[in-house]
Amino acid sequence: MSDSSNPWSNGSTTGFSTRAIHAGEDRLKPGFAMTDPIFCAATFTFANTQAVIDFVEQKQPREEYARYGNPTEKVLERKLAALDGGESAIVFGSGMAAVAAVLLAKLQSGDEVVLFDECYHRTRELSAKHLGKFGVVTHQIPACDYEAMEAAITPRTKLLISESPTNPHLSVVDIERFAAIGRRHGVETLIDATLATPYNVRPLEFGVDYVLHSCTKYLGGHNDLLAGVVIGSTEKLEPIRKLRGVLGMVCGPLNEYLLLRGLKTFELRMQRHNENGQAVAEFLASHPRIEKVYYPGLPSHRDFEVARRTMRGFGGLVTFLVKDASDEQTGRIVDALRIPRIGPSLGGAESLVEQPCHMSYHDFTPEQRRAVGIADNMIRLSCGLENAEDLIADLKQALDH
Amino acid sequence: MHFRTRAIHVGNEPDPATGAVVPPIHVTSTFVQPGAGQWGQFDYSRSGNPTRKALETTLADLESGCGALAFASGMAAIHCATLLLRPGDHILAGSDIYGGAYRLFHKIAAPAGIEVSLAPSSDLEAFQAAFRPNTRLVWIETPGNPLLSISDIAACAELAHRHGALLGVDNTLATPVLTRPLELGADIVMHSATKYLGGHSDLLGGALIVKAPELWKRLYFIQNATGAVMGPWEAFLCSRGLKTLEIRVTEQCRTAAGLAAYLAKDRRVARVLYPGLPNHPGHALAARQMHGQFGAMVSFEVAGDLEAAKRLVQSTKLFSLAVSLGAVESLIEQPALMSHASYDRADRLAHGIADGLVRLSVGLEHPEDLQADLDQALALAVP
Repeated sequence: MSDSSNPWSNGSTTGFSTRAIHAGEDRLKPGFAMTDPIFCAATFTFANTQAVIDFVEQKQPREEYARYGNPTEKVLERKLAALDGGESAIVFGSGMAAVAAVLLAKLQSGDEVVLFDECYHRTRELSAKHLGKFGVVTHQIPACDYEAMEAAITPRTKLLISESPTNPHLSVVDIERFAAIGRRHGVETLIDATLATPYNVRPLEFGVDYVLHSCTKYLGGHNDLLAGVVIGSTEKLEPIRKLRGVLGMVCGPLNEYLLLRGLKTFELRMQRHNENGQAVAEFLASHPRIEKVYYPGLPSHRDFEVARRTMRGFGGLVTFLVKDASDEQTGRIVDALRIPRIGPSLGGAESLVEQPCHMSYHDFTPEQRRAVGIADNMIRLSCGLENAEDLIADLKQALDH
Repeated sequence: MHFRTRAIHVGNEPDPATGAVVPPIHVTSTFVQPGAGQWGQFDYSRSGNPTRKALETTLADLESGCGALAFASGMAAIHCATLLLRPGDHILAGSDIYGGAYRLFHKIAAPAGIEVSLAPSSDLEAFQAAFRPNTRLVWIETPGNPLLSISDIAACAELAHRHGALLGVDNTLATPVLTRPLELGADIVMHSATKYLGGHSDLLGGALIVKAPELWKRLYFIQNATGAVMGPWEAFLCSRGLKTLEIRVTEQCRTAAGLAAYLAKDRRVARVLYPGLPNHPGHALAARQMHGQFGAMVSFEVAGDLEAAKRLVQSTKLFSLAVSLGAVESLIEQPALMSHASYDRADRLAHGIADGLVRLSVGLEHPEDLQADLDQALALAVP
């Protein structure tokens, strides 16, 4: 479908912003419009019976029914694949739908999954609890303990999974090493690079098999849509695409358009998120009321060297501990902030803040929270696109409150 | 708070009912009222709509105005401003204005009994001489389009007010990131929101922003009576675009400055019109009035005739051949045949719009990719 007259469709030789704007799109679009149309169509019609026969016999690649794909989605999938340097992409209704589709398509009863324990907690829950019911065995290994990960691999291991950077601790996986472990044992590897985005790191270039994003975050970038994507080789993605057609966890053309629109400013937004995250992390690290800052762009971070070697920037998410603060005292700092709104999610234009013990981990017992490193005095701040000086001034007044 | 922070937050309060971080899109024609003869905040979407109101609130803040009105297009916004006038009043417009504004003034306002004349607003002496006793509205565009002439907004405001006229400034090309005319004395700021404000080539819209509440009320009355309002989908997309306005415009200006410098050194180019170049007549003024940047539009004359310019605009592979401007995608066009075709040819030439003039709207692509594209197209156009 991709128009060969558009040299920016797959151009790894062009600038990143040029690719974000033009890749995956036809040079001349339907109606000669500048932008791709939003195909709000449930189904696609055929001229006559012969056209149906030609389609089912694969003589004519085209749309059929929107659960199997739609033209707006195809543009989006080509663009997302180009940004991550992958051959193919599949878009879903949410990041978790993408995770679920990969796991369900690739695993069967008796198969084993090894994942780092700082993976997004819903991914771990899906694998361990829900797929566990169907006989999938999940091994959770301390994040970035590569020896332990390798030791956990058995002949039944089918998938190694990690997020990088992780959330909320921002541990950075040595993706090259992670991919090499998988290759050595003939096990496929998946990186959830939602927090990194293809602007900061492209895991496929390090040899992983699948990269996955919650596009709800930086890729969409405006806190106004939910979407997910998995990117990899066409061959490896084929069973996942077929499963999406069965289960129907599609994204929908209106969301897909908003996501395409968000990608037009992707490079600029990421540059700004990176700058804001770094500035805010450095400010917090120097503030007397702060016990610890988790940010891979700080030399004090455990994975600073790995991050510096593999990432272009470190994103807008900053996690920190308030010194000698109780749960309530920490909450008062959150409540005193004027610019970031209190809410889950990250990666949008508007800054968001949360206290993980009350938000993402509210249903954990205190012991469970301690076990996964979620302290009562922990605050997670997603720096948006606001002016860094405004964000820092706001944090300063909240901490001095 | 800084401009960028306000562009994201002012007018964009979370939905009070649900906490949604992005306010809902109110696709509604009418609103249920508390009682007969009692009116809620909104009654009918022509008179007001929460999604449109959110955009108007942001725009008023970014332009340092007391209020804004969002329209279905930039032309609808200018039309609303001209409806402030009565038969016998005179509009004095700058000569370097958008072709559509030229057409509206001459073909719609003039037949309704409004006197219309043009004079170069970048030449204050000539501009002052063009005032008449019945001049009630002065309309300028800076940077002008397509010659990118620069007009002194503060001086024009002073002239207009001395003659008892209002000053309206089409700020589409500068955007409030670079210039805020109301702070410089203008009475009305107008935008084609289709351009940088929306920024993604996917909506049509216009806006008027004013400083004086009385004037806002008069314009609001006209808008409500004539009905050319912006719809809620466009208002939502435009508000979404404003969140990246500053970073987009800043980056686009930087790229445009680089391309202007490249073109200025190329033998296949006869002259470059870009306010950021030291030889541009408005350079010093622009440096003062545009916060150190010079916009993302670049006009230039090909060293050749109408046909050479036509070959050029038809040979680019990254720049798309299209009118409009201000979006993430770079565009190229030939004013004589496209954006300013609605000028009479004699008027067009008199105002310096040569047949070989080419206008670039520089987008967000990588600067090296854009320069390479111009280079290959120039090679085909001027062998």
